[in-house]
Amino acid sequence: MIEVNNISKSFGDHRVLDDISIVFEKGKTNLIIGKSGSGKTVLLKSIVGLHGVDEGSILFDDRDFTRMSFKQKKQVRQEFGMLFQGAALFDSFTVEENVRFPLDMFTQMSFEEKVDRTNFCLQRVDMSNANNLFPAELSGGMRKRVGIARAIALNPRYLFCDEPNSGLDPQTAIRIDKLIQEITTEFNITTIVNTHDMNSVMEIGDKVVFIFEGIKCWEGSRDDILRAENQYLNDFVFATNLAKTVKLIQHDKGAKN
Amino acid sequence: MYYRQIMRELEFQGINSIGIVVIVSIFVGAVITIQTDYNIESPLLPRYLIGVGVRDMLLLEFSSTMVALILAGKVGSSISSELGTMRITEQIDALEIMGVNSASFLILPKIVSTMFFFPLLTILSLIVGMSGGYVVALITDVSSPQEYVYGLQYVFYPYYFTYALKKMIVFAFIITTISAYHGYYAEGSSLEVGKSSTRAVVHSSIVILMFNLILTKLILR
Repeated sequence: MIEVNNISKSFGDHRVLDDISIVFEKGKTNLIIGKSGSGKTVLLKSIVGLHGVDEGSILFDDRDFTRMSFKQKKQVRQEFGMLFQGAALFDSFTVEENVRFPLDMFTQMSFEEKVDRTNFCLQRVDMSNANNLFPAELSGGMRKRVGIARAIALNPRYLFCDEPNSGLDPQTAIRIDKLIQEITTEFNITTIVNTHDMNSVMEIGDKVVFIFEGIKCWEGSRDDILRAENQYLNDFVFATNLAKTVKLIQHDKGAKN
Repeated sequence: MYYRQIMRELEFQGINSIGIVVIVSIFVGAVITIQTDYNIESPLLPRYLIGVGVRDMLLLEFSSTMVALILAGKVGSSISSELGTMRITEQIDALEIMGVNSASFLILPKIVSTMFFFPLLTILSLIVGMSGGYVVALITDVSSPQEYVYGLQYVFYPYYFTYALKKMIVFAFIITTISAYHGYYAEGSSLEVGKSSTRAVVHSSIVILMFNLILTKLILR
């Protein structure tokens, strides 16, 4: 479980996060949603410690990350897995080397054990035959899947995904979403996904937090989101014609019942 | 892992720079030979002075300072753009998230490998530059090859060689650290990576020239 307590963050005079408190539950896919520039990436990067926070605390299973020494943070970070927006694979390494990298850095496993673990992770994301390819030779979806394989290589307790399906076609995006959800359940980890994709919300959003201009505006489940009364949330959720149509159909169904 | 990174950097920053150092040195050695001949007008001056001039020019200035400036362009821009690209594509963030000290992992192997390999490039430049002069002596009438080789050996101060190597070790550190700094702290888009590369080359070159003056004053006896 990850607890975010009253965190605030400013860049100069601009307050990007304002007194945000959220509990991200274990074994669930927790989604942070919001329009571009709302502060969700800053929130995610603050949680993982890439940005320091001005106020508040972040607890990983009751361990206060904001008050840890550099060495302690380094230890906790080895329990993190992160999938970046562009996958952030190391260009000069092959797929296998990318996935094996955390094992090389932080484990005392033998080479054979590392290769076995790497192959298991690649198999888990359906990338078994890509060991010797370089990131430049992969499609966007394949890069994301290798990114997930690398993120789970060390059996993380916490998985963070920053816009995992941006730039992907709807079918590949759903495949990535499903994979994240399966891994979350299978390994019983705390997953936080940053997204503005409503398909992801409806597919995997066990818990959804809506951020608007740096403030937590709403939280609930994917089932609650269509019935929410929050104006900012509704403007965001029903921005597309497709979503508006879905809402109308739901409204009609409700009227008939 | 660090050993592997150092080996990789030795190849990227060192071995891959051999070509340009060889090409530039051979032509400069040849040109210095012709120019020295052109400037020795007096028939009273012995022809072996051409060899002496080529040797000392290469040893004192070209194979350390000028080669360092060339490497600042080639290696400096490569280091800066590599790290800059890693920064804007979040690869450095990925390392930090994993708990890896990204600066140490990415920059230290580059410093170690350049400080080890660049002095070897200085030695290579000396050999190739003198060979370039020898070829000119062989195919033209500026000096006989025997006189040229005699000149290369005439009143040789071994300390000049140490001086050139010492300078190159310092220059290697300057090139790598300045370029790595500009790349590591690049922000924004690919345009910014290009700008940081340019800044890396310009700043490295200026600092090399400044330290050339300081080191010459300090260590050349």
